Amino acid sequence: MIIELGHFALILALCLAALQSTLPLYGASRNHAGLMAVGQSAAVAQFVLIALSFAVLVNAYVTSDFSLATVVDNSQSTKPLLYKVTGVWGNHEGSMLLWVLILSLFGAAVALFGDNLPPSLRARVLAVQGMIGVGFLTFIVFTSNPFLRAHPAPLDGNGMNPVLQDPGLAFHPPFLYLGYVGFSVAFSFAVAALIEGRVDAAWARWVRPWSLAAWCALTIGIAMGSWWAYYTLGWGGWWFWDPVENASFMPWLVGTALIHSAIVVEKRDALKSWTILLAIVTFSLSLVGTFLVRSGVLTSVHAFAVDPTRGSYILVLLVLAIGGSLTLYALRAPSLQGGGIFAPISREGALVVNNVLLTTAAATVFLGTLYPLFLDTIGGPKLSVGFPFFNRTFVPLMVPALIAVAVGPLLAWKRGDLRGALQRLWVAFAAALAVALVGLYLAGFKPILALLGLALAAWVGIGVLCEWADRVKLFRAPAAETWRRARHLPRASYAMTVAHFGLAVSVAGIAASAFEVEQIQMLHPGDTLPIAGYVLKFDGTVKVPGPNFTADIATVDVMRNGATVEVLHPERRFFPLQQMTTSVTAIRTNFLADLYVALGDPDDTNGSTIRAYWKPLTPWIWMGAVIMAMGGLLSLSDRRWRVGVAARRRLPAAHPAPGE
Amino acid sequence: MRRLLFLLPVAVFVAIAVYFLLALNPNRDPQLVPSALIDKPAPEFDLAGIGTAPGLALAAFKGQVAIVNFFASWCEPCKDEHPLLMGLQKQVGAPLYGIAYKDKPADTEHFLTELGDPYKAIGVDENGRTAIDFGVYGVPETYVIDKEGRIRQRFVGPLSERDIAQELLPLVRQLQQS
Repeated sequence: MIIELGHFALILALCLAALQSTLPLYGASRNHAGLMAVGQSAAVAQFVLIALSFAVLVNAYVTSDFSLATVVDNSQSTKPLLYKVTGVWGNHEGSMLLWVLILSLFGAAVALFGDNLPPSLRARVLAVQGMIGVGFLTFIVFTSNPFLRAHPAPLDGNGMNPVLQDPGLAFHPPFLYLGYVGFSVAFSFAVAALIEGRVDAAWARWVRPWSLAAWCALTIGIAMGSWWAYYTLGWGGWWFWDPVENASFMPWLVGTALIHSAIVVEKRDALKSWTILLAIVTFSLSLVGTFLVRSGVLTSVHAFAVDPTRGSYILVLLVLAIGGSLTLYALRAPSLQGGGIFAPISREGALVVNNVLLTTAAATVFLGTLYPLFLDTIGGPKLSVGFPFFNRTFVPLMVPALIAVAVGPLLAWKRGDLRGALQRLWVAFAAALAVALVGLYLAGFKPILALLGLALAAWVGIGVLCEWADRVKLFRAPAAETWRRARHLPRASYAMTVAHFGLAVSVAGIAASAFEVEQIQMLHPGDTLPIAGYVLKFDGTVKVPGPNFTADIATVDVMRNGATVEVLHPERRFFPLQQMTTSVTAIRTNFLADLYVALGDPDDTNGSTIRAYWKPLTPWIWMGAVIMAMGGLLSLSDRRWRVGVAARRRLPAAHPAPGE
Repeated sequence: MRRLLFLLPVAVFVAIAVYFLLALNPNRDPQLVPSALIDKPAPEFDLAGIGTAPGLALAAFKGQVAIVNFFASWCEPCKDEHPLLMGLQKQVGAPLYGIAYKDKPADTEHFLTELGDPYKAIGVDENGRTAIDFGVYGVPETYVIDKEGRIRQRFVGPLSERDIAQELLPLVRQLQQS
């Protein structure tokens, strides 16, 4: 009965989405206030219904209702409660339901918080949002229905993939979907603007917070996925250029370009059609990612069960959504009027450089991800494109981008002073040079790319601080004046400093991974393994039963100068139901470096393979991502979004914020 | 001219969509790892048997279609596959030979006494040399060798009922008739 309630709620949500995608659109073209207002109530009701149906599915998982096919396939009664809940989205059907739940959440948010939007724009945005909803709800109801019954109901389920039985599953997919799906709002705004035929600074002000929110979530989502891979796979890797990782990285790159180009639309009333295109492409790449993961066209650790009907359905959806919006773009975008004269050396010029580099980088990732599939499709050789390809294409694009990150913010709008900017960056240049020289002295020429990366990280990190110091006139004005300026700088300015600093931190972490130390050895109880100034003493393993697995837990003493500083317990878990083994690594971190210990295969004589790594600055990779996302959130709290200036003024704000 | 530029994104997308359509072809298996040795003569090998049992050499296959299965007692997917192998010789009408990959003969013997021995003969490839010659990627893998001693098909991973019914069986029939 409860299950049917969830099922009906889902179908009703589909009907509402159909209304939401048509009536407000018609109302907007006829200027009929009542029809336009349908969008708001439909969007909110759709969210309530999908939330209800999601709650029903969660309930079925928590109570282990094995009359439901998806629960049978993906759960088991002995599984810990946390994984019963997270297991809801650890499979195709449930994750699609989470997808539309988040989609409808964003729709409802536009309906509720969009009071400062012109009614026709709000109606059109909600209509486009409704169309996406129709597409995905029909997909769920007709090809991936989570409410299908299993008959007869078995006594227990088939269990969940052990790799997914990790707290990471509680956060990684929801954040990723918040990011992916959040860009649907930017997409809807872009399509609505094309229908209206009007893009102005006010439009950019409305679209940017939504894009920023999605970007923050996506940043966190990707970082969490990478961290999860790092601590569970047991080989110390944190990024594999796996097709599905790339599928999340491409929208991030283009989305990053989008949040930057929207600034140019807002401040300079230029780059309009380009920004519209970025908004469409960002969400399109999210959709392509969904297609790649769920259609079975490629293999990946992330791929869900192969089902060609689902693949065909999503492809139709892609053609309608992406093909339709890009056709609309081809028809309408040429008539959008660009404004402003562009000088190459200016803030907007720097933002264009950023956009060109980021989108080119996204294009190379796209090529690297799909080229092997392309060859395979036409019957060519099987090949996989890995680190060498991306190191040669992606990395060189990031070098100029990182150099520009420090310079761009120091250039003024309209006409910048490059020499002046570079002069103000001398501290950053000195820092980068110092890092490079110290690196050369310590490590020699061999890891030259890593040294370049570290120098760039110093350049960006110190560079953004220079920019802040310049704005508050640090050391150039009396302390009171500096303090006054520091307090009055807009939040958006701090946001940029924080986000760019986070980038520097991540880059440093990535570059420093070239200096990691690895020791893999078969150890018997009492044996020791020296690594990076530590000595690891292996004290054997014990078998411990878990709820739905048995674990081999090792005891490894971490010793420094003969004294034990910590005892680590890396684990291997064997899941009898799935006949699979997973690894739980033990990591000792001091936030500057990780000591990473994983337990490998045992032998017959009580010994075990121990894989130990010393990874300098590796925790910075994710700390940097968190700092970047905090920068995004800080920007969201800037007063210019809150006071709704844009609603009251149809023209762009004439006075720039202080300090700009 | 300017208008054409705005058509570019949709044109690029159409090309990508066509290619996605091709990629959806259900006959294409993304997990398939083709063997470089398909239609080439199988590599020579002459392996000892388990204990006193006779061993296995490529020369023994000459003139008949043979199925060669690389397995190991430590390999979990091999256990999944094992029940399907039990009736395979009768079902397909061709001999099934086993090559025990990087496995101690005593362990292999234990594995087979516990689960049953589906093989006509077994060769012990304790150092994995023969597997390297075949290009084995991981156990289990199964090869079909024709009357002339050429490799005709390779199955990576455990065989499924579908593999046997739709690929292995028709292929063996066809090879036996030629």
